[in-house]
Amino acid sequence: MSILLDETTRVLVQGITGSEGTFHAKRNLAYGTKVVAGVTPGKGGQKWEDQVPVFDTCQDAVDETGANASLIFVPARFAADAILEAADAGVGLIACITEGIPALDMARVYPYVRAKGVALIGPNCPGLISPGKANMGIIPGEITGAGPIGLVSRSGTLTYQVMYEMFTRGVGQSTCIGIGGDPIVGSNFIDVLGRFAEDTETKAVVLIGEIGGDEEERAASFVKENVDKPVVAYVAGFTAPPGKRMGHAGAIVSGSKGTAQAKAEAFESMGIRVGRNPTEVAELAIASIA
Amino acid sequence: MDLFEYQAKDLFRRYGIPVPDGRVASSPRAAEKVAAKLGGRVVVKAQVQVGGRGKAGGIKLADDAAGAGAVASQILGMDIKGHKVRRVLVERAGDIKAEFYASFLLDRSAKAFLGMVSAKGGVDIEEVAATDPEAIARVHVSPLTGLQPYHVRRMLFDAAIPKEAHKGAVVLLETMYRCFIDADASLVEVNPMVLTGDGAVVALDAKVSLDDNAAYRQPLFAKLAAEIPLPKQEKIAKEKSLNYVKLDGTIGIIGNGAGLTMSTLDVVAEAGGSPANFLDIGGGANAATMAAGIDLIFSDRKVRSLFVNIFGGITRCDEVAKGILGALEQLPNLKAPIVVRLDGTNATEGRDILERAARPNINMAPTMLDAAAKAVALTKGKR
Repeated sequence: MSILLDETTRVLVQGITGSEGTFHAKRNLAYGTKVVAGVTPGKGGQKWEDQVPVFDTCQDAVDETGANASLIFVPARFAADAILEAADAGVGLIACITEGIPALDMARVYPYVRAKGVALIGPNCPGLISPGKANMGIIPGEITGAGPIGLVSRSGTLTYQVMYEMFTRGVGQSTCIGIGGDPIVGSNFIDVLGRFAEDTETKAVVLIGEIGGDEEERAASFVKENVDKPVVAYVAGFTAPPGKRMGHAGAIVSGSKGTAQAKAEAFESMGIRVGRNPTEVAELAIASIA
Repeated sequence: MDLFEYQAKDLFRRYGIPVPDGRVASSPRAAEKVAAKLGGRVVVKAQVQVGGRGKAGGIKLADDAAGAGAVASQILGMDIKGHKVRRVLVERAGDIKAEFYASFLLDRSAKAFLGMVSAKGGVDIEEVAATDPEAIARVHVSPLTGLQPYHVRRMLFDAAIPKEAHKGAVVLLETMYRCFIDADASLVEVNPMVLTGDGAVVALDAKVSLDDNAAYRQPLFAKLAAEIPLPKQEKIAKEKSLNYVKLDGTIGIIGNGAGLTMSTLDVVAEAGGSPANFLDIGGGANAATMAAGIDLIFSDRKVRSLFVNIFGGITRCDEVAKGILGALEQLPNLKAPIVVRLDGTNATEGRDILERAARPNINMAPTMLDAAAKAVALTKGKR
């Protein structure tokens, strides 16, 4: 098993005819992902890359192809609308790659999709991959393979680094999910940890956090109460000064809260081992299942 | 983006949030003029984005226009915790009967808006939160339905705000909320919110943070941003759309992706070095981006070496390698050591390109940790 995404997931891509959408949808398709539909308003009726039907609306795409997941590449100012459209069309999983969505838009989208029971990954995230089964987003599939480690992260390339460090040591992953670097994301660490806890294929979980907010602290408590599997953690941003935003909209230390130090201490106080760098966290994860 | 007090108060006026009469000034003469226009006693306040300016002598009273000019000349040019005072806000001084606290912010944990009111105003609210959390009334506001009258009533009653201030406080809180939503703010804070002798409730101070992601739909955003001074390097970065933050060390850092770049700073620090900056070149870095980034980093005279740490995903390592060489061609005087670590998509091709170029100042490293150690070792030399 894996979580959220596997070889049976039927993916529609919103913004499939744009340059980003085309580039990544091709890669996902080549990986073996069932990309069954595209949505670009005004381009309904076309065939993308001579094989995938394009629709004007998500509802049409779902009705015609049975799509049950949506991958979103539309520009930031249209992205909140795209998420709501996908949720209303009835898909159960949405991954929104788009970066730069206003926080106010996400504040409204979040409770709406939550109430519908839709699993939203992102925005401002690399998406998710269940290695060997399906890839939905922009994670490079070729750097890893299937295995027993679940991975959940607020970062993109840092996630690839850790996946790669594990795989070069012979250990792959069940599912890797980048939850995104914005202040409000659709799924937080706890949502994903809960799924990994129930997944029989996942033997251990790697959690990659960064500065800002208190999701890592909440995840640490959640793991102690609810996760029986080994969990190891990494936190980026020990050298980040307070008040400076480090790239991600969510990565800023304000007040005394949100520092990497506080997060690492929260994990350790709950018995979760923390790697000092990406190499060490990969080694700890592998050792935890040995 | 964090606004100066005078900018926040100008914004407040647009939404009908009561603020004292006043105006910003950037010279003693201008301050004197503003004071003369206001008449009577005024307060002159340093405009800096740092707390504790009152204690540092950045807020002073003056009885008349001449006095205002005199205190403005003392305050302008002051250094308050590393922030130079370039402007002062000159405001009519009123009599204060009581000081309260009020704010609306985006609560990341609750994924909702949070309104807070306290009868303990004019002091550090984080201190109050730590020592006397009961003194702060909090309500969560659903982003779907917005602020309701009962939210405001609850905050005022729970915080035990005196009855005589209720009418004014209701107006202030409701207009504050409208500003929070309309301006795409992540924080709107009034500390203190004061009750004056004649029964009015006024925002005596104002702190506003605006969401950068919403700049495209906020017509005032660009004008406000232009008034906020940035360190020289950050200004250039902004013009070139580079994601750069200046730090204090000697080792320049380029990474791809915010998380990996932050992690790069950490491993350099762990190896005993001090990072000079955060620079995330993002996806698909070409030679022009690379050159701009390298040029920017070395415009900081403290920088002794550069560490380029790339994990190729969408970004292809061969493109990065070409970018580095292209940058060096555009910067022929650059002799400082550059340590490069490439992994992921087309890493082998990228390493080959750099090795074939055989530039004396380019050093390849097999892993992120090796590269960090090398960058630290190479920093010892001269530039």
